Amino acid sequence: MDITLTINGERRTLPLEDPRVTLLDALRQHLDLPGTKKGCDHGQCGACTVMLNGRRINACLTLAVMHQGDEITTIEGLGTPEALSPLQAAFIRHDGFQCGYCTPGQIVSATAMLAEFREGWPSNVSNDLSAPRLDDEEIRERMSGNLCRCSCYPNIVDAIRETAESVA
Amino acid sequence: MRPFTYTRAEDAAAALAAGGRFIAGGTNLLDLMKLQVETPDALVDINHVGLDAIAPEGEGLLVGALVRNADLAADPRVRRDWPLLSRAILAGASAQIRNRATTGGNLLQRTRCPYFYDLDTPCNKRQPGSGCSAQGGFNRTLAILGASEACIATFPGDMPVALAALDAEIRIDGPNGARTLPAAGFHRLPGDTPERDTNLEPGELITSVALPAPTGGRQIYRKVRDRRSFAFALVSVAADVVMDGGTIRQARVALGGVAARPWMLPEAQALLDGQPPSAALFGRFADRLLAGAKGHGENDFKIPLARRTVIAVLTEATGGDAA
Repeated sequence: MDITLTINGERRTLPLEDPRVTLLDALRQHLDLPGTKKGCDHGQCGACTVMLNGRRINACLTLAVMHQGDEITTIEGLGTPEALSPLQAAFIRHDGFQCGYCTPGQIVSATAMLAEFREGWPSNVSNDLSAPRLDDEEIRERMSGNLCRCSCYPNIVDAIRETAESVA
Repeated sequence: MRPFTYTRAEDAAAALAAGGRFIAGGTNLLDLMKLQVETPDALVDINHVGLDAIAPEGEGLLVGALVRNADLAADPRVRRDWPLLSRAILAGASAQIRNRATTGGNLLQRTRCPYFYDLDTPCNKRQPGSGCSAQGGFNRTLAILGASEACIATFPGDMPVALAALDAEIRIDGPNGARTLPAAGFHRLPGDTPERDTNLEPGELITSVALPAPTGGRQIYRKVRDRRSFAFALVSVAADVVMDGGTIRQARVALGGVAARPWMLPEAQALLDGQPPSAALFGRFADRLLAGAKGHGENDFKIPLARRTVIAVLTEATGGDAA
């Protein structure tokens, strides 16, 4: 069966001979978009984070066949080497990576996280559910679905905080 | 994953007629399918059947089964009147998973007992009759209440613990018509059929969760776990406590992480009604709630941990110093 979906603003048709293909494997192996990474493949590490209709999700925990008509944004859709997104530039400025494998997931996740915060969404560490503030504890909690085995967390938090302040 | 057929249902009637395993967020089911713990022959995708609204119902709120966990936690009405529910949802999983996981699916998530996940070891929940590896094995996270010879698994979720304390109702449709179950009575203790997690019958679909009118009480969800974020509860306590001057008018308390279902005892709660708060009262309540608790070695610590957490939450909920 064929499904059609919009990826990074472009309509793509994906032939699927078997419904077992995850969205992650479809992006990397069928659609030539290897920027999204496979880490644990069980929804625990966040390396595969993409946006589904504007919301961050784990691409490893959903089937491609379930996304007929949906809009997917991957790291390839956020910026280019010539025109970095604000978070991509901030990760470079703050050295928010070492090996870089988790970085696409970190940046897609943080991009969506800042949008969630602007919508007023609370987190588990928000003292006031109705008026959360984006301090470092909030950033760490909201990014807890993205692991970095090189443990660049302090620099990742710096990059996200700076971006949040500059676009606020 | 084992091979399966895929059908996308466009409404609830079509989903019920399709016959197969329902998939919504898929955050737990697909993970288990990759490991071949779950091997459905047919998947019925219910993401497009509707049932995704949060709407007032009387003084309460009707939450569609397909409402995503993130949307429910962020709903302004839930944050204001049922903050316990927002807090419990936000205490679970990661933002990515909460964006995808649904209200109905959260109720139906399976245990995280390590032997349930390990196809090379006996597990009565995964393969009835094969035995329980957790008793005498790694059981640090497992049950201290309501367990059986056959199984000591826990229900892992947070949201359903809050739903039990809030006296929510689970609405179900199925081949034999619509019916409801109280949230506190949705999950089953293992007995000698640990393969059945809930009282949902084959072919039935959760359609919505109804929250009754808010009590106006002090609502607290406290979760104790090994990591500060993105970890399952060792013990959690959900409480909704209504005060009347210096006495407790009504208290509803549910424990998570300690049994195969959210753990509530109405007869224990009755000890609190009409009483002035005190450390001694909370101790008697905790002892009654935890009566019969049994550790299995590694998880013995959960009994005093649960007792202390209950007392701390009740102290805070009744205006005492947070312990």
